[in-house]
Amino acid sequence: MLAYTIYLSFAGALVLAVLPRGWARSARVFALLVALCGLAVALAACVSAGAQGSVAVADVAWIPAMGIHYSLAADGISRVLVLLTGLAAVAGILFSWNIGEKQGDRANEFFAFFLALIGGVYGVFLSVDLFLLFVFYEIAIVPKYFLIAIWGSTRREYGAMKLALYSFAGSAMVLIGLLAAYATAGSHTMNLHELAQYPFPVSFQMWAFPLVFTGFAILAGMWPFHTWAPTGHVAAPTAASMLLAGVVMKLGAYGCLRVAMTLFPHGLDPWGFSFLGMDSWRTVFALFAVIGIIYGAAVALVQNDFKFVIGYSSVSHMGLVLLGLLTLTQIGLDGAVLQMFSHGILAGLLFATVGRIVYERTYTRDLGLLSKLQLGKAMPFAAWLFVIAGMASMGLPGFSGFVAEVQVLVGAWQAFPWFAIVAGVGIVVGVAYTWRAMQRAFFSDLPALDGSGAAVPVPEYEPVTWAEKTGVILLAGTSLLIGLYPRLLLDAIAPAVQALPHALLTGGRP
Amino acid sequence: MTPVLTILTAIPAVAALLVLLAGNRAHLARTLAMLAAVASLALALWAWLGLSTDGTMTFVERSAWVPGLGIEYHLGVDGLGGLMVLLAAIVSLMAIAVSTKVTSQPGLYFALILLLESGLFGTFTALNFFHWFLFWELSLIPAFFLIKLWGGDGRGPAATQFFVYTMVGSVALLLAFLALFLATGSMDFEVLAQMASSGELTTAIQTHLGPISLWLALAVLLGFAVKVPLMPFHTWLPATYSKAPTPVTMLLTGAMSKMGVYGLLRLALPIFGQELAQVRTPLLVLATLTVVAGAWAAAVQKNLKRIFAYSSVNHLGYCLLAIFAVALPAGTNASITLSQTAALDGVVLQMFNHGLTAAAIFWFLALIEERSGGLLGINDFGGLRKPAPVLCGLMGIALFSSLGLPGLNGFVSEFLIFRGAFPLSWLSATVSVLGLLITAAVILTVIQRVFSGPVAERWKSFPDLTTTERLDFAPVLLLMALLGLLPQLALGTINATMTHLLAGWRF
Repeated sequence: MLAYTIYLSFAGALVLAVLPRGWARSARVFALLVALCGLAVALAACVSAGAQGSVAVADVAWIPAMGIHYSLAADGISRVLVLLTGLAAVAGILFSWNIGEKQGDRANEFFAFFLALIGGVYGVFLSVDLFLLFVFYEIAIVPKYFLIAIWGSTRREYGAMKLALYSFAGSAMVLIGLLAAYATAGSHTMNLHELAQYPFPVSFQMWAFPLVFTGFAILAGMWPFHTWAPTGHVAAPTAASMLLAGVVMKLGAYGCLRVAMTLFPHGLDPWGFSFLGMDSWRTVFALFAVIGIIYGAAVALVQNDFKFVIGYSSVSHMGLVLLGLLTLTQIGLDGAVLQMFSHGILAGLLFATVGRIVYERTYTRDLGLLSKLQLGKAMPFAAWLFVIAGMASMGLPGFSGFVAEVQVLVGAWQAFPWFAIVAGVGIVVGVAYTWRAMQRAFFSDLPALDGSGAAVPVPEYEPVTWAEKTGVILLAGTSLLIGLYPRLLLDAIAPAVQALPHALLTGGRP
Repeated sequence: MTPVLTILTAIPAVAALLVLLAGNRAHLARTLAMLAAVASLALALWAWLGLSTDGTMTFVERSAWVPGLGIEYHLGVDGLGGLMVLLAAIVSLMAIAVSTKVTSQPGLYFALILLLESGLFGTFTALNFFHWFLFWELSLIPAFFLIKLWGGDGRGPAATQFFVYTMVGSVALLLAFLALFLATGSMDFEVLAQMASSGELTTAIQTHLGPISLWLALAVLLGFAVKVPLMPFHTWLPATYSKAPTPVTMLLTGAMSKMGVYGLLRLALPIFGQELAQVRTPLLVLATLTVVAGAWAAAVQKNLKRIFAYSSVNHLGYCLLAIFAVALPAGTNASITLSQTAALDGVVLQMFNHGLTAAAIFWFLALIEERSGGLLGINDFGGLRKPAPVLCGLMGIALFSSLGLPGLNGFVSEFLIFRGAFPLSWLSATVSVLGLLITAAVILTVIQRVFSGPVAERWKSFPDLTTTERLDFAPVLLLMALLGLLPQLALGTINATMTHLLAGWRF
């Protein structure tokens, strides 16, 4: 059943692509319907599968001579991420409800690219055949390029090109690693599970693992390969930023777990020597993740562009995901997957607030300028929304971020205590930058005076639309729901983490 | 039995004569040519569907030709030849369809194109060097005149350069096969391959001519290396591709460049497998160079035609990479055999895909050139997406096929090539991945400079595709998507053929 998420999205994209140009309204409604159907399918699958393990979805021979199959399956991790994709798709469309109102916007093309991207993302999360996974992974690159290059804002062509080239470079690394894996296994299959059974030599895993892991981690925004993320997020139109931060970065983290770590678990083993305090790829990447957490938070603290604040905060939050993956403990991995979901929802909410609700009314993202607009009074909805989203994002209990981050930190404490402490500091800096942005954008104490010293009246902006409200309720509600009752997702995630290859969780590690 | 392949080769040749009689009546000439091309395509498609599924030769025709010398008229097609015939038919039809504005000597123009098509058919179906070479040359001469008479500025030197380079390659080929004939008394590809496989060929050359088999192999290789081209024998190509009239460029890159790759697969690997295996390493270095430097050269060009000329070098470089990687003694190692099959499947599919995609891209360039009054610089345009969304959208599909986007045809063949080449020569395959990356950057840059950005004042009313043009492109683009989604349509037959061929080769 889950396969229909993919087919629906691509079919929807095709229909939209051939729709006449003027039909902006129909295009929007149609796209929303398609996304809703996808979400419904994802939700139904999640509910019906419950805590079941991997469920095969489809398996058809595709290129039989090479053992390539069109084979899809979903375990708990995939289902959670598919659900996230469905939510992000619906919210993204709700927050781009104004696309097509300006002349020459061409709503149908926008939504066609949007749905194509969503379809590719669904595909990656569901693929079991590595060829197929790679196909969907590459397919997802192109629509996001166009979404940014055509409908973006600040330095959009630069941002789009940088993002596309980083993605292609990452997938080239992945390709080399995968080909090496086939060559070594000499097998006639590209099925992930079957290939994972093959005992790759440890010396081989030692170089294949970092190659494939890095290839995917580029898309997850791992420091020092994160630079595409802030520029891409800032250049992208709101819906695309929501998808980029919300689901596309998860593709990278998902690939790290599903491909790199599952196929080459011994790549994480100690090298047997220590170089600058690093004794395995696991420590190296964990260090990168921690640097990402601190660095992203610190840079977010000094940004003046509101969107850059959120962009760098994504780098910081994705660092937590990667750190959670590398703890190789049940609780850390649970936390990492939950953090993927939680960050997907919250980053979407933050980008929607900043890029759509505030920017589309004030036409500025400069915190200095925003601080003079008395937005706390002029836009109380946006102000309180940002307070809620910010609280959730900084990890306040009651929201999804808290459960996820606590688990990651506990896992990290068991695996690398020092990194856990530094990551904790990063979370505190997270509180600081969220607070600072909130203060300056919405609750500035600056007296708004005009040239002669008289108080400036509170500006009036167009009211918040129903689409925006629905999107907000959807995302904030989900975050709250998961924060209050995390077992909704954890019950699906935990068995899936347990089912990961034995060597990954125990390995040849002390 | 009906001589299907002879008829296939004869259709365009006979039609060429008729078209020549049409003289300067442009419309009549084009209609006649179009009819002949459609008929050839239908027959080629019918032949492709009728191929035997076990990879052996089908539609075989044999009759004594020069009995005194033991030369036979020997034709046949398998998955390799059949697909190339189909490609030649498709590309020729596209080339004729795009030639809507031939002003000088239309009769001669269309006659030459048809003659070229006939030469292509003959080359891809002949199994005896004697008439194979005849067709090989037959395709060269019309191409020369088409460039010389209808090309753009600087066509004279370009045509001469093209002719001289290819001629040198042809002469080397001819000499090598004359030597083989002296040594073995046969020019039949199947006989020669059989002898090479059993080891008789080396002995025969050794006893009759001395230790020159490696030189013969290199001479044959030179002939094909120029045609494909393999760097450093590519220098004729950019000038030729950019000066030739666009329909001819479509034929050159879409079909004629495949003659070289086809030759490597049909002649060089079966007959000189052992010799190629000896020089495998330097050849792999050159192939990798072709892939990477070809892509890089495309990245620094400023003229769209030249960009895609170099991009073609890059794309066929993957074929060369795979072919040279395959020249490795497998013994009984099933894993190596599987990789070799994957690489060869990829090569054949890549030939078809590249032919289709490159021809489509040059067709789009022709339309842009026609609308812009001859401008084709990458910096001359900008924002064409706004006045001409359909043109840019459809051309975008062709460009992404060339980039190797999954879902379109180019991805499958490139993946198979890398899948096969990596286990056989991991270093050259890894370095060649750079070519994929640079190509992606090139294509995205073209899209960005030409399609996006602000629209210049002069292009505000850039005409979009007409309905006829849209319909013209529809089948080509559909075929790209079809082969991308269901590669098995072609791969089934290809795989059978390559497995069959590989079993008879000895490295």
